[in-house]
Amino acid sequence: MLHSEFSRIPDHSSDTVALVQSLLDQVQSRLPCGSQHTIKAAVLIQRWYRQYVARTEMRRRCTWHIFQSIEYSGEQAQIKLYNFLGYLMDNFTPSSNERKLISHIFRENDVCRDAEWERYFCYKNIEVPEIYSGPHLTFPLTVEQAMGLVEAFRNKKQLHSRYILQLLLETWKLLRKLPNINRISTCQSKEITICGDLHGQLEDLLLIFYKNGMPSLEKPYVFNGDFVDRGHDSIEILIILFAFLLLYPSNVYLNRGNHEDHIVNLRYGFTKEVLTKYKMHGKRILKLLQKIFSWLPLATVIDQRVLVIHGGISDSTDLGIIARVDRHKVSRTWSDEEWSNSKFLQRRASMTYPKPFGTRSNFQNRSLQDFSDRIREKVEDEVELCRRRTLHLEEQNQNDENEQCVSIQSVNSDNAKEEWKQILDLLWSDPMVQDGCIPNEVRGGGCYWGPDVTEYFLNRHNLQLLIRSHECKQEGYEFCHNRKVLTLFSASNYYDVGSNRGAYVKLGPDLVPYMVQYQATSMTRELTVRQRFRSALKVLREQLFAHKSDLLSTFRVYDTENTGLINLSDWAEAVESVMHLGLPWRMLRSQLVTCKSSEGMISYYEWFNELTIKKPQTDHIDEGLIETLYRHRSTIETIFRIVDTDNSGFITIEDFRQTWKLLSIYLKMEITDEAISDLAVTIDSNNDGCIDIDEFMEAFRLTDKKSRLERGRSMFMGTATDLTKLEGDPNI
Amino acid sequence: LIFLLSEAMASDVHKKIKAAFKAFDYEANNTVDVREIGTIVFSLGCFPSQADLHDFIAQVEEDHTGFIHLEKFLPVMTNVLLEKRFPPIPEDKLLQAFEVLDKEKKGYLEQEELTKYMMQEGEVFTQEEMDEMLTALTDQKDNVIYYKDVIDELIIDNDI
Repeated sequence: MLHSEFSRIPDHSSDTVALVQSLLDQVQSRLPCGSQHTIKAAVLIQRWYRQYVARTEMRRRCTWHIFQSIEYSGEQAQIKLYNFLGYLMDNFTPSSNERKLISHIFRENDVCRDAEWERYFCYKNIEVPEIYSGPHLTFPLTVEQAMGLVEAFRNKKQLHSRYILQLLLETWKLLRKLPNINRISTCQSKEITICGDLHGQLEDLLLIFYKNGMPSLEKPYVFNGDFVDRGHDSIEILIILFAFLLLYPSNVYLNRGNHEDHIVNLRYGFTKEVLTKYKMHGKRILKLLQKIFSWLPLATVIDQRVLVIHGGISDSTDLGIIARVDRHKVSRTWSDEEWSNSKFLQRRASMTYPKPFGTRSNFQNRSLQDFSDRIREKVEDEVELCRRRTLHLEEQNQNDENEQCVSIQSVNSDNAKEEWKQILDLLWSDPMVQDGCIPNEVRGGGCYWGPDVTEYFLNRHNLQLLIRSHECKQEGYEFCHNRKVLTLFSASNYYDVGSNRGAYVKLGPDLVPYMVQYQATSMTRELTVRQRFRSALKVLREQLFAHKSDLLSTFRVYDTENTGLINLSDWAEAVESVMHLGLPWRMLRSQLVTCKSSEGMISYYEWFNELTIKKPQTDHIDEGLIETLYRHRSTIETIFRIVDTDNSGFITIEDFRQTWKLLSIYLKMEITDEAISDLAVTIDSNNDGCIDIDEFMEAFRLTDKKSRLERGRSMFMGTATDLTKLEGDPNI
Repeated sequence: LIFLLSEAMASDVHKKIKAAFKAFDYEANNTVDVREIGTIVFSLGCFPSQADLHDFIAQVEEDHTGFIHLEKFLPVMTNVLLEKRFPPIPEDKLLQAFEVLDKEKKGYLEQEELTKYMMQEGEVFTQEEMDEMLTALTDQKDNVIYYKDVIDELIIDNDI
């Protein structure tokens, strides 16, 4: 019967597929009409569904992009702050009040003997009450105890501060004996497991141990930095890692990450976590950790062929220099010792410097642009003053001893700069597609390095592969630079539920990397892409609100006739030029601007009304100031916590004032004494001369307490979440 | 076909296309993996058939490298948008479609029912697509697909 149908096949269908399709059509047209409808219906649904999936994917990409760009701009703000403080240190005379306020954060090497430290960290008189149900530790540690710790943490128990201090002291002792670069080998049958960023996500570490087995003599591990911050269980992760390090010092290796840094911890949540979980002894624990972090090795080399480092390299990275530095001493600026020496020698009128208070090079120059004219003027005055003073001194005294001091000091300061840069590059750099090496402006530290730099570096040091972490990857890992660089990230669901997998790498004697991926799923709330997207948008709206003044003035530039309207294209351009987040604003427009717009024009005044964050008790405060507070809330909180030297959560009114003076320079804003009083009064409701930092942040809606507790992770405050469950335990 | 366009309109469309394209340009070199093209075209508000997509890819592909360049993508996609070549499916038509499949007029579809249609009729789904659809649309309690609710919840309007 079909034969006769062939003649009816259309001539222009020379393509076989079209032919067959056409045949089918003919056949199907013989069937009852219902089926045609069925097919049409099916096609409609399939097409609609595929479209839905594609849009979901696009949203997912945008969500990722939003979170990542906000994360990096947070890091950038962090480094800017660090640079700013360092700059102040370098350029203000000893008499300045501001110096006094911030000098203690750079006390990397307190002038203190080890014996004194042992006394300060002594755990011996800390009693463990009978009611304590967590694990007990005795030293030297045994395998059972280490396993016991893992089990206890899985069951949400907390380790008593006595045992933590003891554990940390032992760890500190051990780390001081380790070289800057760990050198390990795979030997005949051993496979080495390498893990990337964990960021306080205990679930992921437990998952890795479950899949791969715990560290042991047969199972060596390398942990590549960023153990802490952002997640809830940073301290638990450290305890486990240190316990295994003590148990198997030749089989467990730790590399330092950029988050193993006490200033970064102030911003990104680790400090808060420790102080909350350990109310009584948290400060000491943090102090000891500060030392431990500075003593963490910087890199690991496997079989002399594979280099494992946290961030990356630059075109000047030199493993020879890295191997030689005094890693626990290298820091942002001079130690207290060097400070007191310099002050002392100045007073003795026999000291000269090549440059007064030697300004740093490179990355600080960028931050100089941020500072107001006022500070530039002031600085130039100071510098001039110093120069005159030292020249005068020079004339007065020409001592041999002094000259010697000068040369050592100037050489030291140059070396110090070089060493600092080497380490910064190692811990903060990211790879890029293009050749070359440029400063990492996005993060504010380290470089972007290209495939040519990788090639040169590997050849120079006789290596074949670079394994690093530092960047979140959707699949948990990613190769680049002709598979010579492997990025490894072990914190799954990092941005939020479902955002990415984690991965670890196994390396056998053949040194061929074998990847294992996973994704922790024990989150109690399964968020859909749509919910995650909404959450990202909320964060973004807050950022936009925080930049209202700048946005307004930029819009007015486009809106020459003052109509209050701006077209979509201009809107997108304007927003990007203010926000610098590199986001697809056009695509997000419909989600960010819900007020009606006529013919593709956006009424921006209406839009700002939409975005406004309500603030009931702060109506008497100038709106411009509120906006500034909002924009820089993370920095503000960080500075408060720095000022809060005894980590009590409170600062005095006087310190509060001093802080604002500092901030007014940094934020390039005139903040009058009156305005500062207004701020203080709003908060110090019981008039006792003390300000509760948390309350301050919440009063100005700088944090949204409810969402902070609800959301798994705060992009700005970097705090752990459900702190309420831990508040109660007095025994720890 | 001749189009009379204001410059502004064309530039607007270009910007929209570039934004969508860039979302998948992982190496920031104006190329995307050919496998992402479907997603990009769909997310720009189009509803092409599988055959349409094949044709489209053939027009923009570059010698089977597996990558598509923005240069080639832009003009082709511009025309698609301006001609409104792959128009969207109206909500009521979608509801009708589900009702056609729901022969017994139950108001819902069993998982096996939907699977049969999606994987045997029309532009058939792969197993992966099917699994995904079932996970996304099935009611947790009753294990069936309440299509009216599903449509309401999953209709995405505007850009994305």
